Amino acid sequence: MSQERLIEIETGILSQNDRYAAGNRARLAAQGVYAVNLVSSPGSGKTTLLCATIRAMADAQMGDVAVIEGDQQTTNDADRIRETGAPAVQVNTGKGCHLDGHMVGHAMEHLHLHDNSTLFIENVGNLVCPAAFDLGEDAKVAILSVTEGEDKPLKYPDMFTAARIALLNKVDLAPHCDVDLDLYETNLKRVNPLIEVIRVSARTGEGLPEWLDWLARNATAKRGTAEKAAE
Amino acid sequence: MHEMSLCEGIRRVVEQAAAAPDISRVTRVRLTVGRFAGVEKPAMHFAWDVVMRGSKAEGATLEIIDQPGRALCYDCMTEVEIENRLDPCPDCGGGKLLPQGGDELQIKDMEVI
Repeated sequence: MSQERLIEIETGILSQNDRYAAGNRARLAAQGVYAVNLVSSPGSGKTTLLCATIRAMADAQMGDVAVIEGDQQTTNDADRIRETGAPAVQVNTGKGCHLDGHMVGHAMEHLHLHDNSTLFIENVGNLVCPAAFDLGEDAKVAILSVTEGEDKPLKYPDMFTAARIALLNKVDLAPHCDVDLDLYETNLKRVNPLIEVIRVSARTGEGLPEWLDWLARNATAKRGTAEKAAE
Repeated sequence: MHEMSLCEGIRRVVEQAAAAPDISRVTRVRLTVGRFAGVEKPAMHFAWDVVMRGSKAEGATLEIIDQPGRALCYDCMTEVEIENRLDPCPDCGGGKLLPQGGDELQIKDMEVI
C-alpha cells in the first residue's frame, strides 16, 4: 500500500514561458536588437501607428526594422507591414489570446534579424492576458486611443502597470469626441506612477518625433550597457 | 484571464514532478497566487478539472493560497498592503500606487500516493 507524501515544487506557473523569454532576450542582446512589445485593445490603431513609425524611422535612418505580428487569424497586418518594406512574420494564435515566449522565439528564427536593428512585436489586441507573458522584450509599449474612454487604464490596470510608456493615439480626433486628454494621463499615472506618456497621431504625424526619440534613446542605452558588460 | 493556459503550464510541471513510477496519483496541488495576479478562482477551478483529465492529477484537489497585494504609494513613499488594485493608500489616502509584489503565480507543492 503506497503512502501519501508531499512533494515541494516551488516553481512559477509561467516558468516555462519565462525560460523561452530569457532565451529570446539573450539572443536579442547578443545582436544588440532593441525589442518592443506593442500591447493594446483591438482597434487602438497599433498597426497604422507601427506603419507610420517604420516609415518615419526609415526617413530618419534609424537602422533596420523587423516585425512580428500576432493575431488570432488572418495575415492582414503582416501584409500591411510588408508594404512599408520591413520584413514581417505573422503568428496566428488561433484560440490563443496572447503571444508567448515560444511563439516569438520561432518567429525570430524566420526573421533573420540584423545586428543593432529594432524588433517590433505587435501583440494580440487584448488588454488582459499579454500583460502576464514575458516575450523577452526590452519594453512593453501600451497604445491607447482617445476614442476608448479616459477610464481605460483604471478598467485594465495590469497592462498599463506592465508598460514602460503609453502612446495616446489618434489625438487628432480629440476635438471631435469630447475627451479630456489630461484625464487620460492622470489615470495612467494613477495605475503606474512611473509610466511615460506621449500624445501621438499616426494620421497627422503629431508626436512621432518624440516617440522616435524615445526609441533611439532606449536602444542606445541598451547597446551601451551591453558594450560595457563586454569590456 | 488565461486560466486554461495557466492550468496547462501547471500540468506540465506536475507531470514532470510526478513522473516517477512509484507515484500512482496526485491527490492535491497547492498554488500561491497573489492578489494582483489576475487569476479568477472559479475559472481556475473549472479549467483545472478539464485540463488535468488523462494525467496523474486527474481528480486532484486544487488549493489556492492567497498572497496579499503590496504597493508603493508615490505620495508618501511607503510600502502598504492593499486589498484591491485601485484602493487608495491606507496611510495617506494617496491614489498613485505601484504594485510591489502580489502578482505571484507559484506551484507550492503537491500530495501524491
